Amino acid sequence: MQSVDFWNQLFVFVLASFIGLGVIRRVSRLLHTPLMSITNAISAIAVVGSIIVTGADYPRPIRIMGAIALFASMTNIVSGFLITDRMLKMFKTEGKPRQDGRR
Amino acid sequence: MMHQLVPLAYIIATALFVFALHWMNAPVTARRGVYAGVAGMVLAILATWAQPEVVHHQWIILAIIAGFVVGVPLSRVPLTAVPQRTALSHAFGGLAAGLVGTAEYYLWLSEAPENLTTFRMVAIIAEILLGFLTFTGSLMAAGKLQEVKWIPQRPVTYPLQNVTNLGLLGVAAVAGVALVLHPTAIWAASVFPVIIALALLFGVLLIIPIGGADMPTVIAILNAYAGLSAVAMGFVLDNKLLITAGALDGSSGLILAVIMCKAMNRSFANVLFGAFGQVQQIKAGGDQKVYKAETIEGGAQVLEQANSVVIIPGYGMAVAQAQHKVRELYDQLKKRGIGVRFAIHPVAGRMPGHMNVLLAEANIPYTDLVEMDEINPDLPQTDVALVVGANDVVNPAARTDKSSPIYGMPIIDADKARTVFAIKRSKNPGFAGIDNELYFSDKTWMLFGDAKNVIGDLVKQLAGGSGLH
Repeated sequence: MQSVDFWNQLFVFVLASFIGLGVIRRVSRLLHTPLMSITNAISAIAVVGSIIVTGADYPRPIRIMGAIALFASMTNIVSGFLITDRMLKMFKTEGKPRQDGRR
Repeated sequence: MMHQLVPLAYIIATALFVFALHWMNAPVTARRGVYAGVAGMVLAILATWAQPEVVHHQWIILAIIAGFVVGVPLSRVPLTAVPQRTALSHAFGGLAAGLVGTAEYYLWLSEAPENLTTFRMVAIIAEILLGFLTFTGSLMAAGKLQEVKWIPQRPVTYPLQNVTNLGLLGVAAVAGVALVLHPTAIWAASVFPVIIALALLFGVLLIIPIGGADMPTVIAILNAYAGLSAVAMGFVLDNKLLITAGALDGSSGLILAVIMCKAMNRSFANVLFGAFGQVQQIKAGGDQKVYKAETIEGGAQVLEQANSVVIIPGYGMAVAQAQHKVRELYDQLKKRGIGVRFAIHPVAGRMPGHMNVLLAEANIPYTDLVEMDEINPDLPQTDVALVVGANDVVNPAARTDKSSPIYGMPIIDADKARTVFAIKRSKNPGFAGIDNELYFSDKTWMLFGDAKNVIGDLVKQLAGGSGLH
């Protein structure tokens, strides 16, 4: 890996962090628990690395580690998105959930 | 062709993740955020899977199926158990990062040592340190929240605790630096597991001294670590999707941790190294003060005659599973035209936003769930403040008593309401072991008993009363 790549990566990381801080500061405090579960699911993007390690033509012990990592990430993705949706469904205004809140 | 499609898919996935979080800014759009997140994730998985270097598919399919088998039941846990589920998922996230980092290191060590550049080694060390300490730390946190028997609930402290912990981290860092400088030395392959072991141990030791009241902050910090370990993985694999998604998670954990710390008037360092639970024992004793107890009948009468009621829930409400009874009380009062709102302290419960989710599950409209800063100006004009299972977050000592361990913490001004009812299981002090002046105030009346029973009885009384009219 060249040092150029490193600086590129750092650049991406810093910009993404600023986007994250900007977007997340505006998340409703009502939704901090679902926010945590959806960011859990999103950070399980580690699945991408795990798929390569599990599926490429690598020695068996390496692929076993990859498969465990893939399983752990997949668990987070499935349970994270499902429980976020389950919690969000519970947030209602007076009476029935209404669709008129579009902005 | 394929080579251009994968980065394109990753860019779209990143955009979808940003939108997913953006839509979380209001309950009306939040579910759209989930769909965007799912779409981004599916796209990322398919694009990666389709890459030519992925040649074995059997294990991938098995691991994905296993992920569903474990993940679906984990998403159905009762909402009181959401903090431990969240901690568990941080543990899984940390484990995945740690394992991939380990796998990549040994792979390159044996097959392509030229890949182990200085930058990459720094990233690998960061990845396994963060990953494995998040793994055991989060498992410990989940165990404490689940009240697993062999994990002590109370903070465990011992002499030189912080020195020991920092010393351990120091040793791990020195070993890490040695590996960065000589990634392919003969001893390297055996020093690597030492770093893993130290990270695993450090995670356990970091969480042992932390008590239940600090869990919201600790969960948020572990969330940030899990995100950062994904970022480190992105640096190792030169994958910008991992870097961006991990950074989003990391900044979310950071913001939540800052909010929690502010809501307790404490610093990160104080939460992690302060061993909060130890400080208070000196305060016990002193002059005996008297509670004024109120009967259910009397309590119901006062509630009935109020124009405005503010309910202040705390973790005790969740422990007593009283939220559905609270909803019935809310209905009874609303039926009489009484204004009822809930005052939510940021650290009420065991994770950020916990109270809101519990009350939303009990079908209370979220428009009546009001943040501390918004509801405090209204409390002096409130007829009744009803405290359900909350203690420290309504303790006026935070404003007045400089010697109190919670001095300076922003609180809900329950003591400013015209009348205060506090439901309390016993006459003992609350979680942090601090006496609460509010309970001895002239306008405070205690309703002793289990929160669920007391509120149930209030509801019965109100329902019976209205039947007579």
